[in-house]
Amino acid sequence: MSSQADSLRQAHGRTRSSFMRREAIEGFLCITPWLIGFVLFIAGPMLASVWLAMTDYEILLPIHFVGLDNFAKLGQDQLFWKSLWNTAVYTGLYVPLHLITALMAALLLNVRARGIQVYRVIFYVPSIMPAVATAFLWMWIFNPNYGLANGLLDLVGLPPQKWLFDETLAKPSFVIMALWGLGSAMLVFLAGLQGVDPLLYEAADIDGANFWTKFWQITLPMLTPVLFFNLIIGIIGSFQVFTTAYIATNGGPNNATLFYVLYIYNQGWKFAKMGYASALAWILFIIVLLLTLVQFKVANRWVYYETEKAK
Amino acid sequence: MSEAKSMASPASSAGMVTADKFYQRASVRHALYITVMQILLLACSAVMLIPFVWLISTSLKIRGTEFTFPPVWIPRPAVWENYYTAFFASGLPFTRFLLNTTIITVASMVGTLFSSSLAGFGFARMRFPGRDKLFLLVLSTLMLPEIVTQIPSYLLFRLFGWIDTFLPLIVPTFLGGSAFNIFLFRQFFMSIPYELDEAARIDGAGTMQIYWRVIMPLSKPVLSTVAIFTFLASWNSFMGPLIYLNSLENMTLAVGLRAFQGLRGTEWNLMMAAAAVMMAPVLVVFFVAQRYFIQGIVTTGFGGR
Repeated sequence: MSSQADSLRQAHGRTRSSFMRREAIEGFLCITPWLIGFVLFIAGPMLASVWLAMTDYEILLPIHFVGLDNFAKLGQDQLFWKSLWNTAVYTGLYVPLHLITALMAALLLNVRARGIQVYRVIFYVPSIMPAVATAFLWMWIFNPNYGLANGLLDLVGLPPQKWLFDETLAKPSFVIMALWGLGSAMLVFLAGLQGVDPLLYEAADIDGANFWTKFWQITLPMLTPVLFFNLIIGIIGSFQVFTTAYIATNGGPNNATLFYVLYIYNQGWKFAKMGYASALAWILFIIVLLLTLVQFKVANRWVYYETEKAK
Repeated sequence: MSEAKSMASPASSAGMVTADKFYQRASVRHALYITVMQILLLACSAVMLIPFVWLISTSLKIRGTEFTFPPVWIPRPAVWENYYTAFFASGLPFTRFLLNTTIITVASMVGTLFSSSLAGFGFARMRFPGRDKLFLLVLSTLMLPEIVTQIPSYLLFRLFGWIDTFLPLIVPTFLGGSAFNIFLFRQFFMSIPYELDEAARIDGAGTMQIYWRVIMPLSKPVLSTVAIFTFLASWNSFMGPLIYLNSLENMTLAVGLRAFQGLRGTEWNLMMAAAAVMMAPVLVVFFVAQRYFIQGIVTTGFGGR
């Protein structure tokens, strides 16, 4: 591209540096809206929240700088640990199940059957529905007295459950809710599946491999980049679960579904303790960052990129 | 499969009946495989669709009759008036919510399409110092949990006096929008041959003219994809409107639905009808623009979030 640009500059009869300067200015102008937005709504707030986290700001009250007090308070805060635990359990339940179901769905939807497009649409649509609406829908499905969930249990002769009102079942109920939205991860897996070289499968067929061998030795290894991607996105997403919890249980029963972002919301907007909420938010950021970094490190061991250079 | 059979015939006619039988069995096995797959597909699709069916089923029940156990699937009679009641006679200004949501969504789409395509264009076509590092910065913002910036942003908007207006939800989209939209645009623009730019420059076009007259008309796929994702993000968004929109007249469908729960908490038939009304436009948009949805997901791996 540089030679083309150079010939362009010669065609214009301008000196190289003035053209380049013009290009640089115009380039900066193009990204100026984004730059302004970045400073105003990302970098600025991030710096501000570091400062905020070290104050006891409560909106209508006078503000005091309290240093690392908020972080000390965190350690004693039962709800902090509870909400962190809730979120970790939820993530630990949801992410593996989500990856497995999305992968299975993708395998299923990869066959060349008639009307496969219709099936793909059916699997994908739930994932684009508004979270508010699906939260209400599943609240109703999980209704302990009249809901579909207990109706289905009744059909197979199992006793009805309290679902969202049961301390032990509440988080799994949320997991079920979230699993319904496997559509977008499934599409990513599907794309990955369709990118696997069919020659590999043919070679395996010649060697007499059965389905399972082909799956474990070819499909899964070739899918590891996509798997890694969905893993990261899945974890980052599930750590920030908010809307469904706010609508369906508002943290109950007995704080069993008080997820971390919901807790931050309560502190910041219900109790107006913005300083404390900022400290909480930064803890979340650090946790997510660490988790992501660890995964990237570990990824070298298990992710196979086809274009990998020999080490 | 048929070639395999015809290949087998000479062999069988030479007396190797076993080879013929092998291919016959293989085609039977294949048919069995396809049938099993079809059954699985049907079964799993049914499972995915059940919540929707239950949604509609409940929404058509007469008040009080949704409280039956075991669950009734087909309500008799089917009360389509519930939709009217939920929307117009609920005690909440749902038409207003719809209007607000539409305004915010359309404005967000315009803002994003403009600023993200411009930024993508800058990163794809222009050369300026620090360009690639800045692009890495753009990408890194994807990993940032929203809540970290939301608290100070809220306070900033409070300073501007923008609380309880649409501005906090719209203005940021005009200032760069989301990182993956910029990413999408950049990737797409990089696939457009530079010769077109060159030809335009030789004809005397300035950079903005190239952007507007050369690149944009060729970008329908990525424009559609980003438009759809922005539509989804805005229409479905909850926390933003929850935080910034306080008074009833300014609420969007998302927050309005929540308010509905407060008002008509136990009237599940109406709640389901209202939920269905909020879901419907998303379905319509999806079916109209299916191809670009899939394209966008596969390119970025995101979608609908």
